[in-house]
Amino acid sequence: MRGSMGIIKAVQLVHEYIRRDEEGNVESISTALDHVSLDVEPGEFIAILGHNGSGKSTLAKHINALLMPGEGTLWVDGRDTSEEENIFPVRQTAGMVFQNPDNQIIASVVEEDVGFGPENIGVPTDEIWQRVEESLKAVGMLKYRHHSPNKLSGGQKQRVAIAGVVAMQPKCIVLDEPTAMLDPNGRADVIRTAHELNRKKGVTIILITHYMEEVVDADRVFVMDQGKIVMQGTPREIFSQVGKLKEYRLDVPQVTILADLLRQSGVNVPVGVLRREELVDAILKAAQIA
Amino acid sequence: MLRDITLGQYYPADSVIHRLDPRVKLFCTMIYIISLFCFRGVAALGAATVFLIAVIRLSHVPFRFMIKGLRAILILMLITGLFNLFLTPGEPIVTFWVFKITAEGIANAAIMVIRLTYLILGTSIMTLTTTPNQLTDGLEKSLMPLSRIGVPVHVVAMMMSIALRFIPILIEETDKIMKAQMARGADFESGNLFKKVKNMIPLLVPLFVSAFRRADDLAMAMEARCYHGGEGRTKMKPLRYEGRDRLAYLLILLYFALILLCRKFLRWPQ
Repeated sequence: MRGSMGIIKAVQLVHEYIRRDEEGNVESISTALDHVSLDVEPGEFIAILGHNGSGKSTLAKHINALLMPGEGTLWVDGRDTSEEENIFPVRQTAGMVFQNPDNQIIASVVEEDVGFGPENIGVPTDEIWQRVEESLKAVGMLKYRHHSPNKLSGGQKQRVAIAGVVAMQPKCIVLDEPTAMLDPNGRADVIRTAHELNRKKGVTIILITHYMEEVVDADRVFVMDQGKIVMQGTPREIFSQVGKLKEYRLDVPQVTILADLLRQSGVNVPVGVLRREELVDAILKAAQIA
Repeated sequence: MLRDITLGQYYPADSVIHRLDPRVKLFCTMIYIISLFCFRGVAALGAATVFLIAVIRLSHVPFRFMIKGLRAILILMLITGLFNLFLTPGEPIVTFWVFKITAEGIANAAIMVIRLTYLILGTSIMTLTTTPNQLTDGLEKSLMPLSRIGVPVHVVAMMMSIALRFIPILIEETDKIMKAQMARGADFESGNLFKKVKNMIPLLVPLFVSAFRRADDLAMAMEARCYHGGEGRTKMKPLRYEGRDRLAYLLILLYFALILLCRKFLRWPQ
């Protein structure tokens, strides 16, 4: 089975949150994942976009075996996540970074927190030190190794959390809205770190976010709404459908909207413009022709 | 800033005492406390004093930090001293009204006060030279044998170290909630004790809700990083005894032997 499929493969994945009253009768069922199928190749940078409640965080927890599929199957590196003995190998293969930086740092010293994961999986002491150093270097936080996490900024804490996952040497890292609580600088640092890990170490990245600006450099984008994957494609393909994105209550980047409006009013601008420079070039070109 | 507070009273310095294994410090403190309660005679008192001064000197902790701990138990010392002074039976030296002071009373009071002072100073050295996390590590390792009879040593130690990490965060959060509620007209200052306690409800409810939410998040983050209890876990910073630790054990045992010898042969004055 292994090797013949992508690093993450979901087939008709269903997850339902069931609310019960005090007697245990079912009060309501909300479907967080509604027959989701996706296939991620090793080394890809995937972005999953969606409005609050679209099911994107639920999907992330499935990839880390924190939740079990209600129906359908999810394989992480060829391992079925619904099988008990696969839980720890799956969590080691697919690390996870959560939204709130304060609530995922366990130790009172940066380097000890990064060592927490390797400690759990029984890495020998000497190798833990080596991995901690490498991971902190990879996220650019080596000089803070003896600091207390309480004294770091949100973006720095989030990079420490990423280092904590990197130290477990996962093949894939799922970042579940890692920038939602950060200021713009911290956001840029975290996203850059994710791209560097993807490029230099070949780690598969799954970035879950609702900031459209963060997905422009992704290899592929999935858009989720009400538990379903409703759009998928390259960022350019996705961003060329401004109307549809608005329908799913996503904030399209201003440049893309402007380009779209210009094109509608007859200016010759390509579809799915992602960056400001791109739009400037296109407008200049259009002006020259005119 | 609230986040900068250090817990306990750790005094950062680079001394032999700071570098000792926390298990050694725990054990030595225990032995020292026992020795304080079983010494007899001036010779033993001298030994306890010399030992204490030597350790304080070695620790590089300024004496005024040690004294801080004493202030907290001043009242207790006063009461103990007075009780011993007036209530010890024996030959009265001074008598007025219903009170009488005996020679034994004076001796007992003095010994009691000295004992308490040394006790506080001795334990302060441990807390001043060991970070709470080192202490937790030391306790975990020393109590490990208990896990064989089903005491969840690792779990308790993990809870302690997580609590240490979250106390500053929760303090900051308390501050935030307090300000938010004050902006909505909550009053945390006026009224009698009962009223004040009642007024705390708008502070405590959101604080607890948020603490539980944090706990839930943290548990998930720990599980995501493969945490599954103490079994099969390795340590990034394992505790290992070194030469100085063995020497410390030897010294404390020699000291204790000396105290016991004094108790047997050098009891003067009774």
